[in-house]
Amino acid sequence: MSRHSKTPFYIATLMLILLGIALAVLRNQSMGVPWLPGVQQPVWLVEARIDYQAWGEPVTVSLNVPDNAPGFATLSEQAASPGYGFAITEHKGDRRAEWTIREADGPQTLYFKTRLIPADSAPSPVASTKTPVPTQIFLEEPRATAALTLIDEAGSRSSTPTSLARELIALLNSPKPDQNTQLLLSDTSKIDTLYQLLNYANTPARIAEGLVLEDARRAQTLQPYLQIFDSGTWVTFNPRTGEQGVPSNTLLWRQQSGSLLDVTGGSDSQVHFSMLRQTIPALQVVRAEADSNNLGALSLYQLPVEQQSMFRMLLLLPFGALVVCLMRIIVGIKTSGTFMPVLIAVAFVQTSLLPGIAAFISVVTLGLLMRGYLSSLNLLLVSRISTLIVLVIFITVGISVIGYQMGFATGMTVTFFPMIILAWTIERVSILWEEEGAHEVLVQGGGSLLVAVIAYLVMSSPLAEHLSFNFPELHLVVLGAILLLGQYTGYKLTELRRFSPVRKYL
Amino acid sequence: MIKHLEKVPVINKLKQRLFTDWIKPSQLKQAGILNMNKRNVDYIARYNDRSAYPLVDNKLKTKLVLKEYEVSSPKLLEVITEQHEIKGFRELVQKLDGFAIKPAKGSGGKGILVITGRDGDAFVKPSGSKVDLADIQRHLSNILAGLYSLGGSPDVAVVESLVRCEPMLANYSYQGVPDIRIVAFKGYPVMAMLRLSTQASDGKANLHQGAVGVGLDICTGEALHAVQFDRSIEHHPDTGQPLNAIKIDDWQKLLVMASRCFEATNLGYMGVDIVIDEEHGPLLLELNARPGLAIQMANGTGLLPRLRAVEALRRPHFTAEERVAWSMAHLGAASKPLSQPATEIEASEPVAVGA
Repeated sequence: MSRHSKTPFYIATLMLILLGIALAVLRNQSMGVPWLPGVQQPVWLVEARIDYQAWGEPVTVSLNVPDNAPGFATLSEQAASPGYGFAITEHKGDRRAEWTIREADGPQTLYFKTRLIPADSAPSPVASTKTPVPTQIFLEEPRATAALTLIDEAGSRSSTPTSLARELIALLNSPKPDQNTQLLLSDTSKIDTLYQLLNYANTPARIAEGLVLEDARRAQTLQPYLQIFDSGTWVTFNPRTGEQGVPSNTLLWRQQSGSLLDVTGGSDSQVHFSMLRQTIPALQVVRAEADSNNLGALSLYQLPVEQQSMFRMLLLLPFGALVVCLMRIIVGIKTSGTFMPVLIAVAFVQTSLLPGIAAFISVVTLGLLMRGYLSSLNLLLVSRISTLIVLVIFITVGISVIGYQMGFATGMTVTFFPMIILAWTIERVSILWEEEGAHEVLVQGGGSLLVAVIAYLVMSSPLAEHLSFNFPELHLVVLGAILLLGQYTGYKLTELRRFSPVRKYL
Repeated sequence: MIKHLEKVPVINKLKQRLFTDWIKPSQLKQAGILNMNKRNVDYIARYNDRSAYPLVDNKLKTKLVLKEYEVSSPKLLEVITEQHEIKGFRELVQKLDGFAIKPAKGSGGKGILVITGRDGDAFVKPSGSKVDLADIQRHLSNILAGLYSLGGSPDVAVVESLVRCEPMLANYSYQGVPDIRIVAFKGYPVMAMLRLSTQASDGKANLHQGAVGVGLDICTGEALHAVQFDRSIEHHPDTGQPLNAIKIDDWQKLLVMASRCFEATNLGYMGVDIVIDEEHGPLLLELNARPGLAIQMANGTGLLPRLRAVEALRRPHFTAEERVAWSMAHLGAASKPLSQPATEIEASEPVAVGA
């Protein structure tokens, strides 16, 4: 046969492995699937409570709700409002929750709940393609002169809209305000003054409203924040401190201009916020996000739950196969039946280890005793195996029933073993015993059990289960590893002992 | 109970095996020892065409094909293919004293039943124990059901005339017939050993069951070393015969037989098992497409330098005789004095490349 170059094979295998790793990294980065099982993710549960007096007329309540709040990702949104129709509407970037009802009378309470995950990398603020036009501000004298003086003063010490805003905030916040400042602040709030000043200075500015998140706070109200438009993005300032940017514990509830709450058909409306910090498994977050994500289509969480649990088991098998490859190719352990250990290990996963081993050994031992009698019956092979299958089922039923009567529920777990595999194992061990003696039975039986236990330990580890199910692409890596193992032509560990007498001849 | 008494020495032996008997991979490499993985990937997978496997995995087919290549094997008496034919087995063996029943697709000597004589109605096995006709019929039934065949597929039973081993060799062996395993690579005999059955191997010439392997010089057919369970021995454990004085007669004829099997089967890497009959001379027992590695231990040297020497041949020889001549000239132990085993490998490599 011709001798092929192995290079394409190695390149293909390497690419397979790299592809698997790259996909897994992508899934980790873009979907936030954690590498380790049990990673917890903090989640803020924010509840807006709207109270108003209804007039007994058709009512429309519309609340501005967060949309791409910097530093947060929305996990879920829901409204609790019996009898109301509810919808989330979006109009010109203004995202609103809308409740409607034909008739309502007396005090009414509506809830809007949202769950938010602090996102490590804040989603880049939606870069507006066109620069917003500054709002036209008309100031009367003497406010106009005072404003111009302040703008001049701050403008002389700044170079960009951002620095201008910073300077203006500093001026307004100065402990010893000058006359102009006092005049401006005399009948207008600080935030409104800033809004007016900046727009007056031809810098697009708007007022956003934010919520400081603190665990278990109730009846909170929104705090105003100043946002100015500079080089393509909105820059947020805290008007009270002059601090630039959104603090990590602050949720910008409303960024667009427009009202926070509109109520038609009612009066005395109020909105209060309460919040709670929760931790939930990061996986749950991923599952919730999967629907909206492109990569989610590749996720097994899209499957019905029943199929999911089946795949959970199925996807562990490659790890078992890898263990068998390692044990046979690198270590050189003899097993009876190539993949019998994996199937036994799968059964161990269901039964847990010690009861599993006890059940396995007792079934095989009882089976061997019965097989001893069968061999004197002179049966044909097929019917002998079939008899063994029936006997193995009898044995498992017996062990289950007796175990149950004695109060060991673990006896029941014996049913998880694949009966046909057990029957074949008994047959093979029995022939091995007759032909090669008890020593070989111990070597191969012990080897099989050892490999099964190692495969079980690997397959039952939470990490393996987590990785195999959440990163199915890692199986490409396993596949690559198995392919590479198939090319291993070095010495097995056991051969280093077997061939040790060679030392004499060196 | 016996087991319990033996426990302590067993543990000591285990300890010794676990912690002292180790060798570095570099040393094995230096000795040119072929390992299991390399054999499978670089030799069996590369040089043995899968389509040729059925030929060697079926003793009946092997026998018939090799006949055309003038390689003789024990006389075929009968082939039993159906369960109902088993009933007629009594008539068949009426006239026979000794015979051997083999599963055509059996491997590793499994399922081979040898009958050396009769004692009234009973049949006598080489060990002296007796079996009756019903036992033999059960055995035949098992063979047909595929108990001994690879993968459990249905099989046929081959009945051959008994090989009566040449007395000189038979003396060395305990019960079973000694056979000679020759590893032929691309038709070149590269290594050979004599396999002597022991009590431990239950009269079978299987090394992993405890048969003694005696390495044979490919040049002369003389004994080199002897091993049992991969460990050196000087004398046969049962017969007590010294194992270093063995010399196989008609050595070249045996090698030519082994070499011819290459043309017949086209298997690049195979083991050829030959017995020497008192009357008929060397007879081919079976071919093995996956010959074991223990032959290296029996020869005290690795296969790799020899295999590479054959691979390095620019112009292969076309007749079995030429190949055997080349092997005897280049692969024998004669050019490598045993008194200086350290130089053995170094000496062989340049020769191999030069050839």
